[in-house]
Amino acid sequence: MSEAANGSRREHLDARGLLCPMPVIRTEERIKALAPGTELEVRASDPGVLYDIPAWCRVNGHTVLESREEGDELVVVLRVEAE
Amino acid sequence: MSEQPKAVALISGGLDSMLAAKAVQQQGVHVEGINFFTGFCVEGHTHAIRQKDKDKAKRNTALWSAEQVGIKLHIVDISQEYVGIVTNPKHGYGQNLNPCLDCKGFMVGKAVEWMEEHGFDFVITGEVIGQRPKSQRRDTFPVVAEESGAGDRLLRPLCARQLEPTLPEREGWVDREQLYDFTGRSRKPQMQLAAELGFEDWSQPAGGCCFLTDENFSRKLADLWQARGTREYDLDDVMLLKLGRHIRPADNYKLIIAREDGENRFMNGYRKRFHAVRDLDNPGPLALVQGEPDNDDLETAARITARYGKGKMAERVRAEITPPGGEPYVAEVAPMPPAQIPEEWHV
Repeated sequence: MSEAANGSRREHLDARGLLCPMPVIRTEERIKALAPGTELEVRASDPGVLYDIPAWCRVNGHTVLESREEGDELVVVLRVEAE
Repeated sequence: MSEQPKAVALISGGLDSMLAAKAVQQQGVHVEGINFFTGFCVEGHTHAIRQKDKDKAKRNTALWSAEQVGIKLHIVDISQEYVGIVTNPKHGYGQNLNPCLDCKGFMVGKAVEWMEEHGFDFVITGEVIGQRPKSQRRDTFPVVAEESGAGDRLLRPLCARQLEPTLPEREGWVDREQLYDFTGRSRKPQMQLAAELGFEDWSQPAGGCCFLTDENFSRKLADLWQARGTREYDLDDVMLLKLGRHIRPADNYKLIIAREDGENRFMNGYRKRFHAVRDLDNPGPLALVQGEPDNDDLETAARITARYGKGKMAERVRAEITPPGGEPYVAEVAPMPPAQIPEEWHV
């Protein structure tokens, strides 16, 4: 856990080495335990996360704050929204 | 039951499950989707690995379907429990190693568990009588309902009017008259309904969305089980069966030879688990050797591997052989001529 630039709690999920849809599954499992407003930074190696995690957030009502490539790794930051 | 009935819909990513979910949602039911990860899903994994597939759409079809319908989607990992369904199906296999009837009963059963855990009222599937020869028949529908534990909380909106009324229909949670009476293998009724509901695009995986319906994949899985003397597998086995060229020169070992750069990179991650072989002198594939090879077998593996690289016409090449988790050593070998690799070695 760390603090995001805006002062929110930021959790981290290491999904490197997992192929889709496993990073999405791990994201959903993690989010169940997080309070609304918490940010989750997912770090992965399968480029599919750049499509799948934003799609999963859209259908489940969470917000993608940022997605970027860092070398061979992909980083998606999302904010957990209330049900 | 809450004021607004709630249904969980099995979403495969194909058209029928989309239509079924939408048809019930349109009646004012709160619908959420569930999609199960078994490890055998066709889309996703291999596209992420193969260089030649880099330009293909990487969308997850189940997520995409849910977005079109306008429902939440929960993707659930059932890969561990699913092993028992694949290795020991009560109702046997279909044309290949596809245990479709057991699979459907298992998935509906998992959806029932989810339904109860989350306070939902019934389960929806996109099944149509006669659509699939193994699992979607009038006589198999009661088997799925009973073995899953869903009973009459299982609604099949696309063919409901061909079946006895279920609890959601009897209770008036859905209007039976607004459901459908599709039967048979024709896709025309679904196409027409898709147009009526405003769907213009959907996934159409040939033979379904499961590798177990694929003849080549099933042959490799059967070979793996035969070589091990037991019907066991893990997710790494499934991944490797989807990739590479598989050559079995003897019962005690098999080569998996990468076919392109993406596979080379991915398979490199398995070097600590299997013997790894490559040609040091020429560009070429990485090969993993599964099983219990002796030194002569590894030399044969190196010769076969060299045959698939740029050095295939060379008299001799230096092959690097790395034992699992060990230090590499170099062996000089002659690439094996194609005529010496019998057809029956190709799995």
